[in-house]
Order: sequence, then C-alpha cells, then structure tokens
Amino acid sequence: MTGPALAEAPAPVVPSPAPRRPRAGTARRWRRLVSPVALVLAWEAAARVGLLSAEKLPAPSTVLATGWRLAADGTLGVHLLDSLTRAALGLLIGGGLALVLGAAAGLLRLGDDLVDPPVQAARMLPHLGLVPLLIIWVGIGESLKVTLVALGAFFPIYFNLYAGIRDIDERLVEAARTCGLGPAARLRHVVLPGALPALFLGLRLAIGAAWLSLVVGEQVNAQTGVGFLMMEAREFSQTDVVVLGLLVYALLGLASDLLIRFAERRTLTWRRGLRAT
Amino acid sequence: MATRPARDLIGPVLTARAVTRSFGPTVVLAGVDLTVAAGETVALLGGSGSGKSTLLRVLAGLDDAAGGHWTLPGAAAVVFQEHRLLPWKRAADNVALGLAGPDVGGRVARALAEVGLADRGRAWPAELSGGQAQRVAVARALVREPDLLLLDEPFGALDALTRLRMQGLLRRLRAQHGFAALLVTHDVEEALLLADRVLLLDGGVIAEEIPVRLGPAPSPDDPAFGALRRRLLDRLGVPAA
Repeated sequence: MTGPALAEAPAPVVPSPAPRRPRAGTARRWRRLVSPVALVLAWEAAARVGLLSAEKLPAPSTVLATGWRLAADGTLGVHLLDSLTRAALGLLIGGGLALVLGAAAGLLRLGDDLVDPPVQAARMLPHLGLVPLLIIWVGIGESLKVTLVALGAFFPIYFNLYAGIRDIDERLVEAARTCGLGPAARLRHVVLPGALPALFLGLRLAIGAAWLSLVVGEQVNAQTGVGFLMMEAREFSQTDVVVLGLLVYALLGLASDLLIRFAERRTLTWRRGLRAT
Repeated sequence: MATRPARDLIGPVLTARAVTRSFGPTVVLAGVDLTVAAGETVALLGGSGSGKSTLLRVLAGLDDAAGGHWTLPGAAAVVFQEHRLLPWKRAADNVALGLAGPDVGGRVARALAEVGLADRGRAWPAELSGGQAQRVAVARALVREPDLLLLDEPFGALDALTRLRMQGLLRRLRAQHGFAALLVTHDVEEALLLADRVLLLDGGVIAEEIPVRLGPAPSPDDPAFGALRRRLLDRLGVPAA
C-alpha cells in the first residue's frame, strides 16, 4: 500500500481493490507532477519579467528566500511554535471532550438522549461565526484562539466516533458475548477496534478544522503566531511574508495529515488483509 | 486440546421447558420443551421462519425477552451461520477471545490444528476463505471445551463441497471430544448425517421427534436413509418430485 499520498483526496479509508500495475503507476505519478511544476515555473517567470508586481505576488524564489531568512534568524520558529501550541492545546481539549461525549452518546441510551440533541443543534452553527460572541465571553487573548480550535476539532471527532460505534456489527458483539466477554472486555476487544477507523477519519477532519480555526483566530489581536506574522506583514506590505505564512499553513496541514495516515496504516493493519493475499 | 474423557455431567446438558418468544403480536415460540443428553447430537429441523434460530439464540443466552425455563449445566459454545470472527484480530487471537487460564497459546494452537489450520494462526480473517473462516469459528468454540455445542446452520453459507468436508470434520471432532450438539438446520440430509435425533419445530412447538438409527456412519445411499429423508421432507411440506 504505497499510495500516491499527496495527490489524491484524503478519502480512501476503505481500501479499494485497485489493480496493481507498478510500472504504469509510477509513470502516472510522475505525470501528475507535470502541471503543478509547470504552474510554479510560470509563476516564477511571470514575476521575473514583471508581469506580476512584487507587491501583488512575489516570485516563489523570493518567498523561499524570505522563508530562509526568517527561519535563520529564529523569527519563524518562535511564531510556528506558538501556533503549534495553540493547535495542540485546542485539539486536546476539543478532542478529549468529543471522545467523552461521543462515547457516552454512542454507547449509552441515556447518553444518546441527553447529549446528542444539543450537539446536533450546535452543529448547525458555523463555529467561526461565533468569533464576536467568543470575544465577549473569553476576551481576545490566548483563550480565544484555543477555544476556536477546540470548537473546530470537537464536531468531526464527536460525529465520527458516534457513527463508528453505531456502525459496529451487532453480530460480532453477540459472538463476543458467547465467548464469555463482559461489557468491559467487549468494549476493549470489539467496540474500540471497531470504531477506530471512523475515529481516525474524525481526527483527520478535526485537524483540518483546527488549522482553519487557527487561521481565523490568529487574525484577532494576536501578538505571536503564523497568523500574526501575516497580519503584521500586510501592514508593511511585505507580500512575500504573507505568501510565506500561507505556505507554512499549507505545509502544517500536509504534515499533520501524513502523520495521521502513517499512524492509521500502522494501527489498522487488519484492513490490509484483503490485499495481502 | 485436553479431551475430558469422563464428563462430570451425567444428567442432560440442556433442559428447556415451555420456552416462549413473541415479536409483537407474532408468537414464534409457543412453549418449546427440549432435552439434550450428554454426548448426544440433536438436529432441530424446521422450515424458514419456524423459529429454530430464535430458539437457539434464546438457549445461547442472546435473547433477554424470552419466557420459560432453560438450564445449561455445563460449558456451552456457539457456532453461527456466519463465522463472526473479529476482523481486527488474527485467527489465533479470535480463537483465544475471552480465554483464561494456563497455556492459552498452546490450547489455541491445538484447537487450530484440530480443524486443520495449524499454520494459519497469524492470518487475518479477511485473508481466509469462507470454509477456513468457519473452521476458525469451530476452533473458537472447541477451545472452550464445551459440553454442549450450539450450531446455528453452521455450514449454511458454504459451498456444497466445503459443507461435506465440514460435516465430516464435525463428526470426527464429536467422536473425539464427546460433546453434545444442538444443530439448527434446514438441510434434511445434514440432519440425518449428523444427528442421533431429529426434532421438528412447527407452529412454535416441537411437533415431532424422530430418532435416527442409521448406524455409526450413515450414508445417503442407504434405503433406510432415503425413507427417513422422505418422511421428514413430507413433514416439512416438500412434495415428492
């Protein structure tokens, strides 16, 4: 399972029985690189000949040079660390809450009746639209950024965990019962591993939502962070730093997605059983 | 696996009295009486929707809404129509599910060897064929050293050849371990090949009890086999061709 990791949409959790054509696959992967590379080259060329003004969109090489400069003097590292801390803290809070409530609603009828209706209702609120209200509640400091990330991460994890638990084959639970497994052992051997694929999907969506929340949150009175870097650069018309910030956000998203995919591949080996034979 | 030659159980391994089960206004079981002696194989035969699987689920403790009394004094294990192996556990771990005590690994290995899958313990269920997966399910039941095996159309989902092989396997295992079995099936031939006694479930009660006396190795070519088969088919409402 050496998937074309970057080019494809992050959907294929269910292994599709794709025919294996190693040679054609490699050639195709190279072919898929052609248009992105061509676009970047065209961008570079357009900037060099003056078709794009440096204030509107600097050349990719300029952006990279700026990135190198900011990384070398430590500025980028400081801001990146702050952004990462906010994302991690928000994910931890939102994800933890989603795990507890999702498990309660998925496993217990009482939990389902009490927890699920308000969560379903709250889902309809676009959480980024809550910024004005959140500013009134928690102010414009760190807690605003963390709260936004936590809100963004909560819903995907909650809903996917809930669905994952509900989708577990009741017949497997019965078989486990006839093997003498009590409720706790059934939870450990049947429910948890059965809901894990859905949980991974939720985690991936949650991380995407976390970055999105961070982009918005860091534009509100931040003193540090990648978003602050971009807002500050905008005031001084440093377009190269703004584009660099976008690039950093994109790379963060990409890196976290790869990390989750790697963990998923390690944990869900059994799903590859179909392909191994 | 350590065969327990002298069973501590002398009485029946299953006694059920007046078992009832309704789904809304539909009465599926209207008072079933049933006894299975130690070491005996009883086939529960009935048409589609006769409630035979419902009865087995009740006896297996999977149905909390049934009425009546039933006791299973010894250890019981269940084999379902589908293998019901946990896809996220390797074959050996599926067999070991819920197993406690000393030398679990050794017992699991012996159970897998007995169903002819000694070398497939590391396989994922998705890598096994239908027949292999069902054999793992049999091993999962066998490793519990049951006094009574509850079988819910265990070979119904297999192709004809595999089914014959599985029936042979079950007969061999029973001769070796001496467990009793309650076999739910709609296959008259299977019932006659495997059972000491056939119970016909009809109208929510045991409508008829037919002892099978075809010797130690019944063969469909035996005229007595044919006569009994015809009688059961008549009883199930299948007209002669």
